Amino acid sequence: MPYIVLSLIKTLIVVLVLMHTLAYLQWVERKVIAHVQLRVGPRRVGPHGLLQPLADVIKLVTKEGMIPSHVNTPFYFLAPFIAVLFALIPMCLIPYGGDINLFGIHTTMQVTDVSIGVLLVLGLSGMGVYGVALAGWASNNKYSLMGGLRSSAQMISYELPMALAIAAPLLMLNTLSFRHMVDAQTGFYFGFLPKWAIFQGPFPQIFSFILFSIAGFAETNRVPFDLPEAENELVAGFHTEYSSMSFAAFFMAEYANMVTVSCVATLLFLGGWQPLWPAEYGSSFLPSLIFLASAVICFLHAARPARPFDRITLPVFGVLFLIIAGVFLIPPVQQILIPLFWFGAKVGGILFVFIWVRATLPRFRYDQLMRFAWTFMFPAALINLFITGLLVAVS
Amino acid sequence: MPFPFWITGVPFSWYLILSAVLFTLGVAGFLFRRNIITVFMSIELMLNAVNLSFVAFSYKLGQNDGHIFSFFVMVVAAAEAAVGLAIILTVFKNRQTLEIDEVSSLKN
Amino acid sequence: MDAVLFLVFAAIAVVCAVNLVIQTHPIASALSLIGVMGSLAFVYLQLGGQFIAAAQLVVYAGAIMVLFVFVIMLLNEGKERKVKMRLWVRWAGLPLLALFIALMAFIVQRVLPAQQSVKFGAFTSGDAQSIGTKLFTAYLLPFEVTSVLILIAIVGAIVLARKEID
Repeated sequence: MPYIVLSLIKTLIVVLVLMHTLAYLQWVERKVIAHVQLRVGPRRVGPHGLLQPLADVIKLVTKEGMIPSHVNTPFYFLAPFIAVLFALIPMCLIPYGGDINLFGIHTTMQVTDVSIGVLLVLGLSGMGVYGVALAGWASNNKYSLMGGLRSSAQMISYELPMALAIAAPLLMLNTLSFRHMVDAQTGFYFGFLPKWAIFQGPFPQIFSFILFSIAGFAETNRVPFDLPEAENELVAGFHTEYSSMSFAAFFMAEYANMVTVSCVATLLFLGGWQPLWPAEYGSSFLPSLIFLASAVICFLHAARPARPFDRITLPVFGVLFLIIAGVFLIPPVQQILIPLFWFGAKVGGILFVFIWVRATLPRFRYDQLMRFAWTFMFPAALINLFITGLLVAVS
Repeated sequence: MPFPFWITGVPFSWYLILSAVLFTLGVAGFLFRRNIITVFMSIELMLNAVNLSFVAFSYKLGQNDGHIFSFFVMVVAAAEAAVGLAIILTVFKNRQTLEIDEVSSLKN
Repeated sequence: MDAVLFLVFAAIAVVCAVNLVIQTHPIASALSLIGVMGSLAFVYLQLGGQFIAAAQLVVYAGAIMVLFVFVIMLLNEGKERKVKMRLWVRWAGLPLLALFIALMAFIVQRVLPAQQSVKFGAFTSGDAQSIGTKLFTAYLLPFEVTSVLILIAIVGAIVLARKEID
């Protein structure tokens, strides 16, 4: 059964890469926030704290799982499970790159291609709210209950502008499958401006992109919309009563949701794995150049080591970067890696904005949050959709 | 029924049986439960069962009209849920209870 | 394969529906109903209804049920009181219900020719494009009427629930 074997291999790769991404995303977040606030962040475990995620995972797994006596036990255990489940399922619908032709096997860089991909991702990620709401309710604690209530109200409210913001580029791209969506954004205007949905005529979807990003922040419970876990008014909101692995599950679900939102934004608005400028101008050499530059920097720093062991670690990393830069130049592998690089770069850029906003903006008040959703986001998304529809119909 | 049914596909009648079973359970919940929200959810279960038979018949007739009907059922259910839950909120506000038998001031 | 998948999801749907009826706490019932809706979405997919399966997830499981859960949590009423049932209802109700279901299944089985079987992928006009075309041509008037209905429902819900609960 080659199909089943192939799907299992792809699932395995996606799971492994995703789990490491989620673990290291937390390290990146701590580092970025630290540097924004002029601190250094984690740097005790491993070089530059690179083994910190491992230490965190070991800590969370080996901690005792406390069950408070007053909780509603079955739902208390069900809630983190639901949250993680519906945060991870959308991952298998997202394409990470183009086609692969290797050893006579033809396949796509996606666990499964669904013709209604966008709708399914929207529906499945909308189910994640049950995890949060149930956790808040089952904890039997007034702060948790407030957090759960806020979360469900917030998610219902922001799902509408999100769906409307998704609908506008769909009118132009004319498909619901992620793969065809990226195909519809291939090519360049005047030879250099990419035909991504945010640049594409008849109506550049830049407003939809902004609205989608704001709604995405609210859907993933991130600052400035992290009302469900506002720590200075609700202790820790819906996960006050959770510890060890069940707490880690909520943590993981939040990061997985962030990755999903970033992937969907990349596929819908930023052209998926299409390069920023045409390959004639050398866009396929960019990854090699970046890794080459990193290698050069490593070697330069190794020449003037700040600490004794830098003399060993930095050259090792430099050689590693050189090897990666070389791999990006091998023709058959290049076909696979270049789209992956562009996809990863765009998703990483959006994730960086998520973290940057968290380090910068204060939290909304609850009434401001709701007023913002219903009096600004919703009408703006509606008007945007209307103009897009009109222009698409006219042209 | 042809014997190796797992090779030839699912017998069409199974879908209708599933629909009937779900509808009956919805009716049972509607009759037995006393919480007004659970009663409301039983109605939603009945609507779902009807949707299933719409989609199943749509398959049998080879037309997608049944899908459109069930889409309309969903839309109407959404409107119904919004108004119904608003009514439940009002009832709770006035009477501090969700028991259906307690909301009977017109009776005597 | 088709039959196995159908049986699995049908079993989940029926177990969840039974759970909806027998649970005394509304939030358990709500979760069971979400289970029914999710497994029905898979059954729709098997019948070729891609769009309707996605709509089931987005509208029913993702929006309507969130509203239910939200209201249940907001009112936070707790378990239902036990009601006294008559003796014969308590002992004969369940067997009668099972008998009724069995009778209905039997009738459906007899009325419909069993030869016709459902294969995944045999029905292709359930995708978003065909549904959309039909919705905006043949069913345009009902579609517009439902939009008015939703508008009325929004206004009605706001008028009913406007006052704060104290």
